[in-house]
Amino acid sequence: MKIQALYKNKVLLAMLLPATILTVIFAYIPMAGIVVAFKNYNYSQGIFGSPWVWFENFKYLFVSGKIWTLTRNTLLYNIAFIGLGVIFEVGFAIILNEINNKLFKKVMQGFMFLPYFISWVVVSTIMLNIFGSNGVLNSILSIFGVENFSIYQQTKWWPVVLVFVRIWKQTGYGTVVYLAAISGISQDMYEAAEIDGANIWQRIRFITLPSLKPTIMIMVLLALGNVFRGDFGMFYQLVGSNQLLLQSSDVIDTFVYRSLITTPNIGMSAAAGLYQSVLCFVTIVVANFIVKKLAPDYSLF
Amino acid sequence: MKIKTGRDVLVFKIFSYIITTIFGLLCIIPFYLIVVGSLTDESTIIKEGYQFFLTAKTFSLEAYKMALKNPESILHAYGVTIFVTVVGTTLSIIITTMTGYVLARPDFPWRNALSFFFFFTTLFNGGLVPWYLLCTNTFKFTNHMYALIIPGLFSVWNMIIAKSFMKGIPFEMIEAAKIDGAGDFRIYWQIIMPTAKPLIATLTLFIALSYWNDWYNCMLFMSTGENWNLQYTLQNILNSSEALKRVAAATGMQIGQMPSEGLKLAMTVIATGPIVFLYPFLQKYFVKGLTIGAVKG
Repeated sequence: MKIQALYKNKVLLAMLLPATILTVIFAYIPMAGIVVAFKNYNYSQGIFGSPWVWFENFKYLFVSGKIWTLTRNTLLYNIAFIGLGVIFEVGFAIILNEINNKLFKKVMQGFMFLPYFISWVVVSTIMLNIFGSNGVLNSILSIFGVENFSIYQQTKWWPVVLVFVRIWKQTGYGTVVYLAAISGISQDMYEAAEIDGANIWQRIRFITLPSLKPTIMIMVLLALGNVFRGDFGMFYQLVGSNQLLLQSSDVIDTFVYRSLITTPNIGMSAAAGLYQSVLCFVTIVVANFIVKKLAPDYSLF
Repeated sequence: MKIKTGRDVLVFKIFSYIITTIFGLLCIIPFYLIVVGSLTDESTIIKEGYQFFLTAKTFSLEAYKMALKNPESILHAYGVTIFVTVVGTTLSIIITTMTGYVLARPDFPWRNALSFFFFFTTLFNGGLVPWYLLCTNTFKFTNHMYALIIPGLFSVWNMIIAKSFMKGIPFEMIEAAKIDGAGDFRIYWQIIMPTAKPLIATLTLFIALSYWNDWYNCMLFMSTGENWNLQYTLQNILNSSEALKRVAAATGMQIGQMPSEGLKLAMTVIATGPIVFLYPFLQKYFVKGLTIGAVKG
């Protein structure tokens, strides 16, 4: 019976093969490889042959307090990205929806979408061009008598700058999803509300926002799954290994990378990576569980 | 009955136009500044910093002349990026749509279990270290071009988009083809794929973009310069004075005389230009495409 079913679906099963092989090799086998976090890794013995040290790799991370700084940075940045991201994306979707001039809307949406297309490498050039010591901002400030302003020598500006850059890069993309959701809202509701004398703020507050709730919930839930995962590309390219800035702008991912490549401590790097994976997993499962209890339709799985 | 546009609507519309204009300009101005900077004379940049406007006095093509004097490395990087993008995107589209098709077939008995098998990898993973060790030690990714292709071949999110699109194709079409004697692969190739053109257009754009913009895999696996792609080459020019020295040696100029600041920006323009020029033609597909695959799997 089972064999028959396998035979009957042999073509379909064969079509799944490439994705299955890639997933087993590059996702499931590395999952087994997390044991390296409990080992004193050396290249000659490999992941499974190296001697066990159990929690030795974690000890340094936790005792030195390193991991708390990293976790705090990652978490706070992501919360700011998610929170402000939703506000900007939903806000611009509502605003763009009110614009009737097709050409103006298309051009502006095009401008807003453009930053999404470029790599973080290019963003880092843009940052230097604007905020660097020779930057445009400095040239403009010097007209007003402010000299030598450089955010690269001050930590306090970075949280603001990074959040702003993130919003700058992502808003155009995120807006499209919400615009589509808005265009799905029935026009009858708006007309009925208008006849009842609701002004535009009330229509947004009581019709648009509640109608967007499912989309917002799903987008936030998806983002929450990565709330302990820093955007490596962004932090690596923009902050790099600038020691001065690392205190406020080092995230788990950049730390894992440095401990793997720059100053190798493979066990510690793997320990931080495992810590992160477990945190992410717990967060998404808990968040999904809560959403499932409150609003079963919006849960992910 | 048409209701007259109220004052509140008018106020909101004016507000919308203003806010959109401000944000739209904020998004585009950095690109403009890069172009201005790349065309600015080096001594102006050093003395007065990057300028907002370009004037006849500060205009200079030196940086571009410098960048193009020795075009081999940038052309080579272009070649690597184009090759990786074309091959990677083609393979990825085939793998992604095949998987989506099978898992969307309501008569495929293991679709739920296998969907979860794929989805689970988005919830939990082993982290960078075991993956990196596997790639370098077992699969010898180091300095091989396939290291730039394989990691991006299959993304579960793209597969979910493909799957939910294909769920929208009526099963009757598949059944009818089956009765006519078409095999499962032929149904996919001759019926599903032509129907899924909008999906393929969108996935192609997003997958191609991620290959085009990749520098991460290059940074992890390419120690020698022969397989460096465009973004990583650019990153090296931006970050290392080494790369600048190499250009200087090749062009016979002293480092001090080189338009190094402008050169960085000129390289950025050269590396990013094509995608920004293509962008207006692709924009509508991106916008359309984002909405075809519902997020939920």
